[in-house]
Amino acid sequence: MHSARKQKLMIVCSILLGSAVAVGLVLYAFNQGINVFFTPTEIADGKVPAGQNIRIGGMVKQGSLVSEGLEGTRIEFIATDTNADVLVAYTGVLPDLFREGQGVVAEGVMDPDGVFQARQILAKHDENYMSAEVKAALDAAVKKKAAEVAP
Amino acid sequence: MIPELGNFAVMLALCLALLQVVIPMAGSFTNNTLWMSLARPLSSGLWVFMVLSFSCLAYAFLHDDFSVAYVARNSNTLLPSYYKFAAVWGAHEGSLLLWILILSTWGYAVSLLSRNLPLDILARVLSVMGIITSGFLAFLLFTSNPFERLLLNTPTEGTDLNPLLQDFGLIIHPPFLYMGYVGFSVAFSFAIAALLTGRLDAAWARWTRPWTNAAWAFLTCGIALGSWWAYYELGWGGWWFWDPVENVSFMPWLVGTALIHSLAVTEKRGVFKSWTVLLAIAAFSLSLLGAFIVRSGLITSVHAFAVDPERGIVLLTLLLLIIGSSLFLYALRAPVVSGTSTYGGYSREVFLLINNIILVVATATILLGTLYPLIHEAIYGEANRVSIGPPYFNALFLPLMSLLAMTLGVGTFTRWKQTAPAFLWQKVGKLLFVSVALGIVIPLVVTAEFNMGAMFAMMLAIWIVICIGRDIFDKTANKADRISGLRSLGLSYYGMQLAHFGFAVVICGICLTSNYSVERDVRMANGESITIGKYEFRFEGVVERQGPNYTANSATVQVLKNGEQYLTMHPEKRMYTARGDVQTEADIQVGFFRDLFTALGDPRGDGEWVVRIHVKPFVFWIWFGAFLMAAGGVTAILDKRYRGKLVRADVPAAAGKGSLQPVLES
Repeated sequence: MHSARKQKLMIVCSILLGSAVAVGLVLYAFNQGINVFFTPTEIADGKVPAGQNIRIGGMVKQGSLVSEGLEGTRIEFIATDTNADVLVAYTGVLPDLFREGQGVVAEGVMDPDGVFQARQILAKHDENYMSAEVKAALDAAVKKKAAEVAP
Repeated sequence: MIPELGNFAVMLALCLALLQVVIPMAGSFTNNTLWMSLARPLSSGLWVFMVLSFSCLAYAFLHDDFSVAYVARNSNTLLPSYYKFAAVWGAHEGSLLLWILILSTWGYAVSLLSRNLPLDILARVLSVMGIITSGFLAFLLFTSNPFERLLLNTPTEGTDLNPLLQDFGLIIHPPFLYMGYVGFSVAFSFAIAALLTGRLDAAWARWTRPWTNAAWAFLTCGIALGSWWAYYELGWGGWWFWDPVENVSFMPWLVGTALIHSLAVTEKRGVFKSWTVLLAIAAFSLSLLGAFIVRSGLITSVHAFAVDPERGIVLLTLLLLIIGSSLFLYALRAPVVSGTSTYGGYSREVFLLINNIILVVATATILLGTLYPLIHEAIYGEANRVSIGPPYFNALFLPLMSLLAMTLGVGTFTRWKQTAPAFLWQKVGKLLFVSVALGIVIPLVVTAEFNMGAMFAMMLAIWIVICIGRDIFDKTANKADRISGLRSLGLSYYGMQLAHFGFAVVICGICLTSNYSVERDVRMANGESITIGKYEFRFEGVVERQGPNYTANSATVQVLKNGEQYLTMHPEKRMYTARGDVQTEADIQVGFFRDLFTALGDPRGDGEWVVRIHVKPFVFWIWFGAFLMAAGGVTAILDKRYRGKLVRADVPAAAGKGSLQPVLES
């Protein structure tokens, strides 16, 4: 009886310890891995603190992609939600579905000059599909415009 | 005509599945032998009709029958015929059909291979599998019928298979993955049957173990193949992205791994019983969650299928029904099947408990990271989206897996019931020292640089390997000679050690690749070259090439090793004619110790291209190790103790029984 109790106590303790460690780790990891999504409008409104890792989304503006004259594999383009624009800079290979006039999601940080320094560019692997994030961003911009025009 | 036959076969299969739910279950409660014994023929009938309907769909694909909407959307006359066949499971409807076919195959296999199972248990197991099958068949028929016709406006040409999926990896990856996912339905059904019967003893665990191992081995292969596919087909050179869809395949694997270990305790010692049942329920529930997340389009991901909320809601209902009712049953019945034995603080039971806790905590953190963006969106509204990136998963997963690797080594030497701490220390003390020393020295000598992460991971891998070696050495020491000693160890023991060795190989592969890969994205003009280590890559321009259903920009990259011509690589950028999709086709020279990876990026004017060039040491070991793990699972199934007549003990495995078994057999 005594040993059975001790055993139960041990199991309970190990579970408690395990969950405590897990919760601690989770909290730490959340700080590391969480990326909040911002639209170009929100960036233009100055809602984004510089240096924080974020994701942005929008359409690649027609004719805005530049690679000439930039060093190495660097490129620049403008992401827009039709209401506001953000200049995005990226070094590396662009995904297959990256195209002007198509939706794009980028992950990285805003630098002090207001240029978004992308670490990663994501374009969804399906022609018929637009990222839900980009769609929401565009819808929000349209709504905002409509609200501004209405009064 | 043929598609209608297929459709009809699905309907008949649904009828048979419903009969399989009702008759054997009713028989098991009324003790009607005839009704119970109908489970076997019903499950074979179900399987035959599923094979028939699947063949009909495959026939429609191979004969370019574009009057079938699903074929028109996912095939093309120019598609090579092996891709036409693979296209059967290239999108939602067909892959669901494959899913159900595999489910019925597992049911049929249970009915064939369990001659020694008591009839009432078999009847209930197959009946529970029938419930799952009929649920998914109804879902297939009413929301996603692959045989739907386009009779009025039959297109003359199909829109082609998604080019990402036109690849050997796709032909084999989903069937393996589904074999794994769905295979856990067997353990699930055994668990439900045990809850219904109220009997859960060593014999039950012994029946369940081979099925769980088999499903787990398939899932291991499936995940490894998926990772391999992502590595060479997505053209990024990465092999794991913590993408939601990867996560949902990984969670059942982790819980399944916990289940395998917990089943060992339940079989040998008669404890952890209700926990084992809960894990069996969880493993399959997470598989279903995976199916739901992939198919509902709820989470944006590289390989999420259809974006159709209506289907999502039906699937969610099905999911909640299955999970909810099984957990309800568990809550009612779990106390009935709980265990009685006791064990000490350094026993094998405790070490397996630690294993289980780590694996379950890992699963929980992945689940949280995968679902958190949804929770956040539900709370803060659509405008406030967040995503959880790889840093979150790495920060949690790496420490947990390190802990797992550490306990694995000690656990190998523990005994059931109780192990003397002094005995354990005597076994592992020196090994600990050796692995720490080797872990520091080897990376230092080979690379001449100090890399903490690499050293720590090397320590863990070496630790596991030498613990395995020492254990085999000790186990054969008391025999007349080593060879007969090696023979006397059962296949399930070798299976376990092989799987653990595979784990060490995976750790090695992951650690060496992540720490020592050289990755260069460079802008190159014709004739330019770049040197990485002893390899020189010279870019020799891009030419156009015509494929069967695409045109490609094919680059030529000459690779020189130590200044001498070594090989020529042709990474491509393909434009698929029917859909207009662009697809990067990386060229990889696979080696046991390193991979050379080249992929063609975008053109940057004046004949210059961005080229992605990676040298990835030991990356092959990740998949090789996973394969060893799966092979370990299969080896354990082949052990002779799972064959032949098993005598059912009506008394639950008593405390004394386990100690009569060879102590370290599992």
